[in-house]
Amino acid sequence: MSKREILFVEAIREALREEMRRDEAVFLMGEDLRIWGAPLGQTKGIWDEFGDKRVLDTPISEMGFIGAGAGAAALGSRPVVELMFIDFFGIAGEQIFNQAPKLRYMFGGRMKVPMVIRTLIGAGMSAAAHHSSSAYSIIAHMPGWKCVIPSNPYDAKGLLKTAIRDDDPVMYFEHKMLLNTKGEAPEEEYTIPLGEAAIKREGEDATVVALAWMVHKALKAADTLSEEGINIEVIDPRTIVPLDKKTIINSVKKTGRLVVVDEDHERCGLSAELSAIVAEEAFDSLKAPIKRVATPTVPIPFSPVLEDAVIPNEDRIIKAVKEVTSYKASK
Amino acid sequence: MEINKEKLLEMYRGMFVIRHFETKTKELFAGGKIPGFVHLYSGEEGVAVGVCSALRKDDYIGSTHRGHGHCIAKGGDVKYIMAELYGRETGCCRGKGGSMHIADFDVGIMGASGIVGGSIPLITGAALHFKYKETDQVAVAFFGDGATNQGSFHESINLAAIWDLPILYVCENNKYAESTSISSVMRVKTVADRAEAYGVPGITVDGNDVVAVYEAASDAVERARKGKGPTLLECETCRHHGHFEGDSGTYRTKEMVEECKKRCPIKRLGKFLEDEGFATKQEIEDIEKDVEREIAEAIEFADKSPWPKPEDALKDVFVTPYY
Repeated sequence: MSKREILFVEAIREALREEMRRDEAVFLMGEDLRIWGAPLGQTKGIWDEFGDKRVLDTPISEMGFIGAGAGAAALGSRPVVELMFIDFFGIAGEQIFNQAPKLRYMFGGRMKVPMVIRTLIGAGMSAAAHHSSSAYSIIAHMPGWKCVIPSNPYDAKGLLKTAIRDDDPVMYFEHKMLLNTKGEAPEEEYTIPLGEAAIKREGEDATVVALAWMVHKALKAADTLSEEGINIEVIDPRTIVPLDKKTIINSVKKTGRLVVVDEDHERCGLSAELSAIVAEEAFDSLKAPIKRVATPTVPIPFSPVLEDAVIPNEDRIIKAVKEVTSYKASK
Repeated sequence: MEINKEKLLEMYRGMFVIRHFETKTKELFAGGKIPGFVHLYSGEEGVAVGVCSALRKDDYIGSTHRGHGHCIAKGGDVKYIMAELYGRETGCCRGKGGSMHIADFDVGIMGASGIVGGSIPLITGAALHFKYKETDQVAVAFFGDGATNQGSFHESINLAAIWDLPILYVCENNKYAESTSISSVMRVKTVADRAEAYGVPGITVDGNDVVAVYEAASDAVERARKGKGPTLLECETCRHHGHFEGDSGTYRTKEMVEECKKRCPIKRLGKFLEDEGFATKQEIEDIEKDVEREIAEAIEFADKSPWPKPEDALKDVFVTPYY
């Protein structure tokens, strides 16, 4: 495969273009996709190639057009619908919670809903409480959604192509702090299966599970920790529904310690779920209590100082890893 | 519009199937045979049958919590619908949907929704699919007057209007959103008045006159098939029973319900058929007897059908296995 570096945002555009060329049933629908090319350029240039029919600009009617996406998918289209920011999901809540992911089940498995929703997540831009949420835990909690949360251009492209080809509703989360990061991605055709975690760095002292932007923070923390002789294993699940439990559990069996880094809120969030899975399935391997480094359950604040105070960072990750690696059980 | 004897008798039969199905459903629910919530369609048959008589098999409808009538009128098999109401393995949704979630994609029933207004965006998406695929199929959104105060109605009809989607928005105005009188929650006089806000035609017809509904729907379907966009068709009607089985119904007087029953769309068409010489009393009775036998068979089928296997509760969340 050729060595090539592209931006995360280019990886998204390439995946969309390639899938639209491959399959006539794929079309894009959302707000400001044509002239803007979506708020951060994720669809730039696609309208020029595919025209009005395949790229639908919608009114600001998230419930209407997400429901319409699900309805079109139910009859055989494969729409890729953009929910500009995950924070807007409440506007479309009825269709996201009650319809798209429940239809197949309610109707006895006799139809399918091959729709992808692409949506921006994450803090880091002082975008405040209505444009900075992660909220994938809420979606993963609902029966019927597959959830894809890539951390680099290679995964972003390969997983988006798989999501579009998948026959179930898939929510695809794009972290806004990653869109302008570069990474290797070959020009040749490839896809990545859902439900396969990536071991980003091997280590034996503790397992750190992180997603999206947090993967990069965990890897930086790993560099610092290794200078002090602590080697962590960093795992990026890449998709949380389906979840590659095996890779996480095998890692914890090796290291005996788990730190979950999660940009989503702590209460009832993904960090709680991953902790529970490991406690249930790898309890005997644990040498220390599980630690969570998550965003406290507060709305994401505006001021950079306040935002920095709640979003997990390297210092908090390092502190948590040191706590688990230095833990001594009191008898 | 020319309307022949065959079509009229077909519509009579269609309405009578729904009425008899609902009458039996009421009894079976009271007798504990049907679990859950049940919302009966009796009294509104003229709407479902009038509209669906103007459709082809490959057209699609989106239905509501009060959906048995729509699904039967669109060609759903009463056996599988009754088995679904019973929660049996043989039901059209294998016992996973029940009364409020009947679907049969093979005959164009895209599914009923337990959320008021919930299916409107979905069936609008069906119309989007038809336009995208350049077929000449048409979609129909059924909903009540209450749903016209939901955002889903507004967003969907606006989308359909700007994209000229092939769809009919059919409002069954039975004057009550659950127990709330529509006139107390809507400032305009008719639901059809709302159409002007979206730049689409808005028409009000007597929903208890099945022929009037059929004619109005036929015009709107033709318009949609020709790519001329959506129509809001308001059908004024009334329900014979409560919002759900168990509703005390105290928001309507006995006289109002009696008045509603006098406006029965089935009696009305029956009288028309006899008065105009389209059918004899005997022919009508024969149809009714045949329907009674069909519903009895459906009930027997449901009653004898197996329950779903408990382990099937984890199936059908995804196309891929459960996780």
